[in-house]
Amino acid sequence: MVDVNEEGFFEHPEQWTREIASQIAADDGIDELTPQHWQVIDFMRKEYFAKGTGPTVRVLGKTSGVTVKDLYLLFPKGPAKMAARIAGIPKPKGCI
Amino acid sequence: MTMTSPTPTTSPTPTSAKPEAITKISIVISKGSLDGIYPGLIMANGARAEGIGANLFFTFFGMDAILKRRIDHIKVATVGNPGMHIPTLLGGLPGMSALATHMMAKKMEGIDIPPLGEFIEMIGDTGAGMYACRASVDMFGLTKDDFVPQIQGIITVGDFYGLAAGGQIIFT
Repeated sequence: MVDVNEEGFFEHPEQWTREIASQIAADDGIDELTPQHWQVIDFMRKEYFAKGTGPTVRVLGKTSGVTVKDLYLLFPKGPAKMAARIAGIPKPKGCI
Repeated sequence: MTMTSPTPTTSPTPTSAKPEAITKISIVISKGSLDGIYPGLIMANGARAEGIGANLFFTFFGMDAILKRRIDHIKVATVGNPGMHIPTLLGGLPGMSALATHMMAKKMEGIDIPPLGEFIEMIGDTGAGMYACRASVDMFGLTKDDFVPQIQGIITVGDFYGLAAGGQIIFT
């Protein structure tokens, strides 16, 4: 069992596993997580554990190796929200 | 003096568990100052990041945000802007607006808000629709070539309402 808040974000990111990520993604309409998805997910977790909050879309676009355009194609329900949920981290705090 | 409390427009009903989520917004940007342009852009970009559909409609001086020759020269209004807390005469001194803009740009970069050109490009990449107002374009004698490439078209007010159908409209 994992603890999530009412929006579906993990309360304890350490409870996350790659299997759970695939399951959340499937529930959110992403049938299969591609290597590019994983690149974003892994980057988000790394940033979260280093900085205490997930990266904004702008930071993702500049430093994750995936462009803003591709981020929106990979996570059509919004990269900030969807990718953080799949990555098992709290919703990023930034506005941009 | 008696105070009357305003009637809440959305009173919570015990039966409805959760209000319906916003799925689409269309934002009109009508002012050409930095403080007139950014709020609408931040709201549109933020909407897309949440998976909400977004359109931007630039009209009148708001078009400065998407005009090639203006986009890098947008300034904060230091005159007639009480929010700046600068006396009008002081705000009108040469270079004041440039100075205030420079200071604000530094602050914005610090909280991850991009410079205008980059922001417009990024919003284009989010898949948001961006349009210029037909009446304003005709009034100022402009053509599509005057605009940054992210602008998808020059549209009429009627077209705008068509695009906005099914969502909410915000005027800034």
